[in-house]
Amino acid sequence: MTTFTLNGRSVSVHSPPDSPLLWVIRDELGLTGTKFGCGIGFCGACTVHVSGRATRSCITPVASVAQAEVKTIEGLDPGGKHPLQIAWVELQVPQCGYCQPGQIMQAATLLKDYPDPDDAMINAVMAGNLCRCMTYLRIRKAIKLAAARMQERGAHG
Amino acid sequence: MGNAWRLGSGHLPSRRYFLISMASAGVILGYARSGLARAEALAVRTGRVHSPAELFEPTIWYAIDPDGNVTVNIIRAEMGQHVGTALARIVADELEADWSKVHIVMADSDPKWGEMVTGGSWSVWQSFPVLSRAGAAGRTALLEEGARLLGVRPYLCVARDGAVHAQGRSVPYGEIVARGHLRRAYTPEQLIRIPIKPPADRRLIGRNTQALDIPAKTNGQGRYGIDAAVEGMIYARPKVPPTRYGSKVLSIDDSAAKQVPGYIRSLALNDPSGTVPGWVMVYADSFVAANRAADRVRVRWKSGDAAHVSEGDLQRRAAELIADPGAGALVVNDPGLEAAFAIARKKIERAYTTSTVMHFALEPVNALAFERNGIFEIHTGNQWQTLILPVLAKALGRSQNTIVLRSYFLGGGFGRRLDGDYAVPAALASKAAARPVKMLCTREDDSRFDCPRSPSLQVLRMAFGNNGQVIAMDHQAAAGWPTAVMAPSFLLKDARGVPYDPFAIHGADHWYTVGAQRVRALRNDLADRTFRPGWLRSVGSGWINWALESFMDEAAQVAGIDPVDFRLRLLTGTGRNAGSAPNSVGGAHRQAAVLARVAEKAGWGSPLPKDTGLGVASSFGQERTMPTWVACVARVRVDRHSGRVTVEKLTLVVDAGTIVHPDGAAAQVEGGALWGLSMALFEGSEFVNGQPKDANLDTYRMLRMGDTPEVEIEFIPSTETPVGLGEPATTVVAPAIGNAIFAASGARVRDLPIRPVTVREALAQKA
Repeated sequence: MTTFTLNGRSVSVHSPPDSPLLWVIRDELGLTGTKFGCGIGFCGACTVHVSGRATRSCITPVASVAQAEVKTIEGLDPGGKHPLQIAWVELQVPQCGYCQPGQIMQAATLLKDYPDPDDAMINAVMAGNLCRCMTYLRIRKAIKLAAARMQERGAHG
Repeated sequence: MGNAWRLGSGHLPSRRYFLISMASAGVILGYARSGLARAEALAVRTGRVHSPAELFEPTIWYAIDPDGNVTVNIIRAEMGQHVGTALARIVADELEADWSKVHIVMADSDPKWGEMVTGGSWSVWQSFPVLSRAGAAGRTALLEEGARLLGVRPYLCVARDGAVHAQGRSVPYGEIVARGHLRRAYTPEQLIRIPIKPPADRRLIGRNTQALDIPAKTNGQGRYGIDAAVEGMIYARPKVPPTRYGSKVLSIDDSAAKQVPGYIRSLALNDPSGTVPGWVMVYADSFVAANRAADRVRVRWKSGDAAHVSEGDLQRRAAELIADPGAGALVVNDPGLEAAFAIARKKIERAYTTSTVMHFALEPVNALAFERNGIFEIHTGNQWQTLILPVLAKALGRSQNTIVLRSYFLGGGFGRRLDGDYAVPAALASKAAARPVKMLCTREDDSRFDCPRSPSLQVLRMAFGNNGQVIAMDHQAAAGWPTAVMAPSFLLKDARGVPYDPFAIHGADHWYTVGAQRVRALRNDLADRTFRPGWLRSVGSGWINWALESFMDEAAQVAGIDPVDFRLRLLTGTGRNAGSAPNSVGGAHRQAAVLARVAEKAGWGSPLPKDTGLGVASSFGQERTMPTWVACVARVRVDRHSGRVTVEKLTLVVDAGTIVHPDGAAAQVEGGALWGLSMALFEGSEFVNGQPKDANLDTYRMLRMGDTPEVEIEFIPSTETPVGLGEPATTVVAPAIGNAIFAASGARVRDLPIRPVTVREALAQKA
């Protein structure tokens, strides 16, 4: 049994310790917002946060997150109103939407590290997140919009 | 005890129906599960249960409840085009509905919907006439009944914002449904005669709104086929055989798999439909276990004939076919072609190729299948339900009316899910196990089971007469024919009765006036025996326009005329290129208009830095019968040392007639254009031993964030028939890039994808 924190709640799972975290989250814990794309950590659809770092859950054995804090798209913001999620809706980013939870989770750590990212930073940090519908232009705009709002909020807060 | 039992029902979402509340817009996106389930869905939203008898349902396309909620049935797949929003806007505009009370339901398969297909950039074009008239019919009925309730004559009433208004008073639609005697229902024949509003009176069409499917795609609530679950299901991962056709299982050794906890068994599928010959299913109580066990199961197959076919073999076969003057169909066959070439002052002949391209929809193909209450249910994202249902019936040995396809979001369509072949092994696996089975392909399985875009070879010729005018043009194209393999009833015939796949030759029957014209379509039979050639975003127009629009530039160079001017001179809009109502009014003049506008917008002819160039391409998108006029200018920079090409900007101008949802239309053009770029510079695989070589992202490269250039898009304002938007932009980008490389460096590339090594070679050849 492996115990970790998922979206602020302690969970204990029975999956074998070498099971990829992705499938534990999806199939044993029933949170399906995190997606399976390539299985080798090259597409980013499975991106979650482990102790605040963007992590490819499809190649992360569940045993390695024991006692750690795991956050999925469902737990990014209690109301689904993280500034990135608001910007994603406002700029109508998703098309098929399948990669977008991973994009948003990756972008959330990007903004932690670089609150005011330029194009080069966005290109570097988002390089591992594939969008087959090619919504990259809107992802870039939405990251910048969310960054601007978060900075403004930080300046006033 | 296995995972399937440990999960328990408490963890599993209800599959009877599924709803996502979108509080911000007050809109609900639902998944219809049955008539009853829809009533439940309405109840969840409104807190009230309405029986079907309480609803006003003037056509099969929507219902209005006594609270005034309008629920529109969407039979098209939601795969990123926000099609539900566009279609609901068409209904709501004519209905004069209050948009905040409009809801959409993703419909399951049902014979009452007729042909259920989402492809060809057809959805809005196909649905507009039907849904606008359905909306108008409902408005007429509501207005008449509202007038009666208000005690005034109908001609004094106005329907607007979900209510009927007259003389300062009004009655909302919900109240009319609740109190009135709305008995009117319209047959399809009656609907055809219903007039729709003049464009100037439209209130929703042409205006932006937030797409109804988007919020659920930002918070993890969107449900895709891969998320479907039912109590008691087990998992299966296939062992995909070495060839698509003709593989036979000789033996299965699962001794190593038995050490995987949760492994259940392995089974060779018996498929009477012939869809998945040689498939073995590996069952387990979790996907993790099925995946691991499948890696340990050893299957010996007798391969089919195509086990050693390579990309080179496919290209050689294409060249043989083109060299055979008697082969293929003559899609266009004007008299006087050879005579014109015989007297030509100048001639040009060029050959172009494209490589195998993978769909790589990010959600690997999957399906959940089970029998319940005499109905076989297939839960999966799919683009062509009516194509796969008869195949499923044959595979399962039961009638179509006892099989239903349940609809979900598609984690990418791009034509991959027009072919519902993946539903077949899931259904067979469930039938064999006599319990619910969720079949999931890994990415590698998905790639090996893909129906890729066929490699192609094309040879184009042009003849010039006196004064450099074009007097003849010949276009020959050889490729695998998706439609011949998967939907032969959609084949067309040439004047001699020779069949051809229109989707593999669209584009060659262009709107340029070129004198005597011939278009010859050749079926690469070796391709069709080796793999299932797929419909991949823009299908044949993707490779045809690569050749055609590259060739137009080469021809312009031979003629000594600017490439934009050269094309404009050929877009005369005369004869068969004049266009006709309702779909192609204006004909080639509209192609000329987008071409001229894109040149102006992109600064055609203005000075550029060294090694930087502009290239242009133009097309009518998909089909002559529903042209979307599109033109693109690419600005690229060529690194002469490495051969690396950087696309700095794409400028596109599109005339798609009436635009229903402008922001959604722009998104389709953005995505389509970037698909075009991805296939121009990065995407290309090759067949090796009967299989595509690249099965995952460790070797298959596609466009990523850092490769994405600036994209500028403009739509020509129009009230003409709305046509397609999902694919047209894809068709013009690669040739625009190829032409820009020539403009920047003098290197002419004729093979897709454009690799740095090819550019280096072309530069060396020039030097």
